[in-house]
Amino acid sequence: MKKYAPSQRSILHKLVLAPYSIWAALFILVPLAFVAYYAFTDSDFNFTFENISRFFTATSMISDGEGTREVYTYLLIFARSLKLAVISTFICLLMGYPMAYIMSKASSRTQKVLVTLIMIPMWMNFLIRTYAWMTILQDTGILNGLLGFVGLGPVHIIGTESAVVIGMVYDYFPYMILPIYSVMAKMDVKLIEAARDLGCNSFGVLRRVVWPLSLPGVISGVIMVLIPSISTFYISQKLGNGKFYLIGDAIEGQYVANNLHFAAAIAFILMVILLVCMAFMQRYANKKAVVA
Amino acid sequence: MKKIIELKNITKTFDGEVVLDNVSLDIYDNEFITLLGPSGCGKTTTLRLIGGFETPDEGDIIFMGEKINDVPPYKRNVNTVFQRYALFPHLNVFENVAFPLREKKLPKAEIDTKVREMLSLVALTGFEQRSVTSLSGGQQQRVAIARALVSQPKVLLLDEPLAALDLKLRKDMQQELKKIQKATGITFVFVTHDQEEALSMSDTVVVMSEGRIQQIGTPIDIYNEPENAFVADFIGESNIVDGIMLADRKVAFSGHIFECVDSGFGVKEPVDVVIRPEDVDIVSEDKGMLKGVVTSVTFLGVHYEIIVDINGFKWMIQTTDFVDVDEHIGLYIEPDAIHIMKKSEYSGMFGDYSSFSNELDELSDAESESEE
Repeated sequence: MKKYAPSQRSILHKLVLAPYSIWAALFILVPLAFVAYYAFTDSDFNFTFENISRFFTATSMISDGEGTREVYTYLLIFARSLKLAVISTFICLLMGYPMAYIMSKASSRTQKVLVTLIMIPMWMNFLIRTYAWMTILQDTGILNGLLGFVGLGPVHIIGTESAVVIGMVYDYFPYMILPIYSVMAKMDVKLIEAARDLGCNSFGVLRRVVWPLSLPGVISGVIMVLIPSISTFYISQKLGNGKFYLIGDAIEGQYVANNLHFAAAIAFILMVILLVCMAFMQRYANKKAVVA
Repeated sequence: MKKIIELKNITKTFDGEVVLDNVSLDIYDNEFITLLGPSGCGKTTTLRLIGGFETPDEGDIIFMGEKINDVPPYKRNVNTVFQRYALFPHLNVFENVAFPLREKKLPKAEIDTKVREMLSLVALTGFEQRSVTSLSGGQQQRVAIARALVSQPKVLLLDEPLAALDLKLRKDMQQELKKIQKATGITFVFVTHDQEEALSMSDTVVVMSEGRIQQIGTPIDIYNEPENAFVADFIGESNIVDGIMLADRKVAFSGHIFECVDSGFGVKEPVDVVIRPEDVDIVSEDKGMLKGVVTSVTFLGVHYEIIVDINGFKWMIQTTDFVDVDEHIGLYIEPDAIHIMKKSEYSGMFGDYSSFSNELDELSDAESESEE
């Protein structure tokens, strides 16, 4: 094998990495810089905190069954987004974790089939999938047809928070199950045998070995579901009939209204909050890994 | 001595392939017993049956007088040291050892004492907070042993625990394991394919091949009185030749009649004759009981290993005297160096050094180490 001097090798490395570095700079860093720039400037591009403070202070009147109240508009929207995203993520985790475990224990043939089955919906367009759920969940849709057939009567789902959650769970479920599955598939069976040998029943094995070792997969699954579901706007518009204005809708709305600076500010704040959340989760995972 | 485990007529098949064929074995309290055999002989399966990771198709496993065929591993008073240690990577050294104690919900202070006691037994004091992935192979091995011993099982199962260590470390660990076994008084069931390891550590050696037990005995018995050609060949080096018993203590082979110490065979019964390479004396050609031509000489430090062609059958002889290739020599064999075995299915398969090569031996060793 030919040996390169360190400097030569680093030039070679840089050359090989160049396309990726340029790509990353052009399509990740530059747009992010633009978001930050727009977030902190007014329409004449003078520096301002106006947009940021508007997110935290803007109020509006809402009226519901209990009367009319004044609320912080964007904080309310953010809280609502967070609530729906957390519920969806939790449901994804609750369904995905056992399924990933069962998959990782199946024969390698079955594993391949299952992975493919989980991925197939991802090959379809996101919008089409959401439209499909509209027809399924409508008052006169397939689901209600079925429920009516077995005598459980029509249920009103479309336009409720449940419909939005169903859409989110369906769309992002693969992002939960695949990272958990890939961690579990790599787990050494001997570790499970060792735990059983050392006095753990099935639940003990799960709690003391499988769960802590699969945490990295769980964390990335949670991040990969939580982030798109917190920022989605399309699902809430189509399945929530536009009644649940989410943070993504807010960004889109401001953008469509040509209010670029405020749209950028919301996006920027959302990004910062998510980064902080992720940092905390990673910290928790690392700590957990040592102590447990 | 008290029987602690009895295997009674155990048969086990995987996908229609018989892995254990009617195996019966008694394991006594306090002994160091080794299951020895080439890969695929069923030794690991036997261990897994005792550990509870497999259930027998036929036969019974008795533990202290109680049938435990269907008792899950966590309810058995038996612990395992796994081949590649199977330490929990998310836990540090202390927590790995404390693992079984935490499952029993012992008080914190008691756990602390017991874990520190164990770590000092395996000479790992001071390593409590270290991550197990940062340890060397030998240290990981010690953690695995401490973890398996901390809850004071009646029996410790060791599945080729030294296979992944280098030679020097392996020798040290052999001594240490033996010491730990003596100190704790726990029955050790040790699985290995390394005959030297088996001989040097065990009270009892169980030689297995093709899912059956070939011989059970002390290391000295196994070496000096092998029951058949398989055992003779697998344990150490052996020249195995066809012979015929002429009378008690009189056997004919290689065209000569020898005095021997074995009796109880039928007159004119064909037998297998084992002569260990170190038990043959080289003498001048005219004084030899057998005559042959040296075909190869290898210097091995302690002795020379020479191959001698005697009427077309190649013998291996270990000697400290130098002889040259193509030299004509005589062989002298004492009566007690000759061991007579009954003919078995393994007769004629081993004991001829015509195609002998150290390299091939090592190759097959490497193969068996990579199993599982």
